[in-house]
Amino acid sequence: MNVEQHHSTWVIILSFFISFILAIMPLPDWALSWRPDWVALVLIYWCIALPQRVGIATGWFVGIILDVLNDTLLGQHALAFSLIGYISVKIYRKMRLFPRWQQAIVVFALIASAKLLGVLIHSLFGSPEMNQPLFYPALTSLLLWPWLFIILRDMRRTYRVS
Amino acid sequence: MISKEERKLVLRLIVFLFASIALMLTDHNSDYLKTVRAQLLGGVYPIQYLVNWPVKAGQSLSKNLNSHFQLLGENANLRDDNLRLQVKLQKFEDIKNENQRLRRLLGASEKLGERVEVAEVLAVNINQSRRKILINKGLSDGVFTHQPVIDAQGVIGQVIEVGIFSSIVMLITDPEHELPVQVVRTGLRTVAKGMGTVNRLSLLYLSNTELNTSIKVGDLIVTSGAGQKFPKGYLVATVIQVNPDIGKPYAQGQAQPRSALERNWEVLLVWQLEPSTVINDEFKTINSQ
Repeated sequence: MNVEQHHSTWVIILSFFISFILAIMPLPDWALSWRPDWVALVLIYWCIALPQRVGIATGWFVGIILDVLNDTLLGQHALAFSLIGYISVKIYRKMRLFPRWQQAIVVFALIASAKLLGVLIHSLFGSPEMNQPLFYPALTSLLLWPWLFIILRDMRRTYRVS
Repeated sequence: MISKEERKLVLRLIVFLFASIALMLTDHNSDYLKTVRAQLLGGVYPIQYLVNWPVKAGQSLSKNLNSHFQLLGENANLRDDNLRLQVKLQKFEDIKNENQRLRRLLGASEKLGERVEVAEVLAVNINQSRRKILINKGLSDGVFTHQPVIDAQGVIGQVIEVGIFSSIVMLITDPEHELPVQVVRTGLRTVAKGMGTVNRLSLLYLSNTELNTSIKVGDLIVTSGAGQKFPKGYLVATVIQVNPDIGKPYAQGQAQPRSALERNWEVLLVWQLEPSTVINDEFKTINSQ
């Protein structure tokens, strides 16, 4: 690994770090169920931009950290995020060609199915799940995707992450 | 036609999926991962601290901006309160000593004393569907799992996850939390279960016939000490609703927690002292006198 690549790894780590901060930031009660899935958004972006470097393993690792932060079953987010990583790496060529709104719809589908998987795991392990609206986070993620895409792309270009 | 690249990807996916499933099963069924979780919780503490910091900074700023007169008034009020509490405490000490003497005469062994320590609540969201908070005391301060957490008004919850510098507290309103309690007025025992909503507890196992005599709206509920996790006699909640349910074996009751569960910035951790250490302490004080 040369110096430049090492440098660029830090950009990826920093972006995930910020996404963790946004994921546990205290919000007013009404906004809680609308919180977008920041970590998944950042993960999907890097999977599409650098499928050789970010993928299933990164998704799994990031998921474990989120499990600890959210105090969920160890492996719950890891499972969902390694799946997200796999699908995004698999369709990255198509995603790059899609217009921004079409990308956003794919992102919506990915995050919504990850949430659904979370509920499934919850009910499998017998802990009661609150009747919180599932698709709100996916919806806000959809709306935020274009802006996040631009920000992360600019970041990638300035620091020449490849 | 599946390319070699793709096969590698699928293989990797399968490995990580199995790893996650194995982790979940171990985490759910056993305590093997407790130490791993503690390490990880210590590892993510910088993130949590960073989130907490601006909120705390804002609070201390607004404290500094309070006017001088306001602070003077507050100070006077606090001094009054302190005086009143000290007077109460004098009587309490006396009663406590008498109680201990009587217990020793009876030969009754019970955990007598408790030590408390203040912990700060970090401004971090753990999980929006659950009632959990993060506090800034961990293994290094002697915190242990299932340790009771209270505030000035009553019971808050118990520690469920201990990290190195921080730990996670499950509030009594969490849907997975059940607390053995007792009605102060009549001694009726029941279990207070969280409902997942703010400020509501449901009372389990109330029989329909008991409603007439043993419990009514406005009754105070304290911990009963059953289950050994919580010390006896801490205030928990006030009964706000009891309804007979003829169709079912049990009546329905609801209570409102006394403590400001979700609005607290500081909580108290409780260590129960073994009887022997209490007696030793007493001997020490007697000797020093």
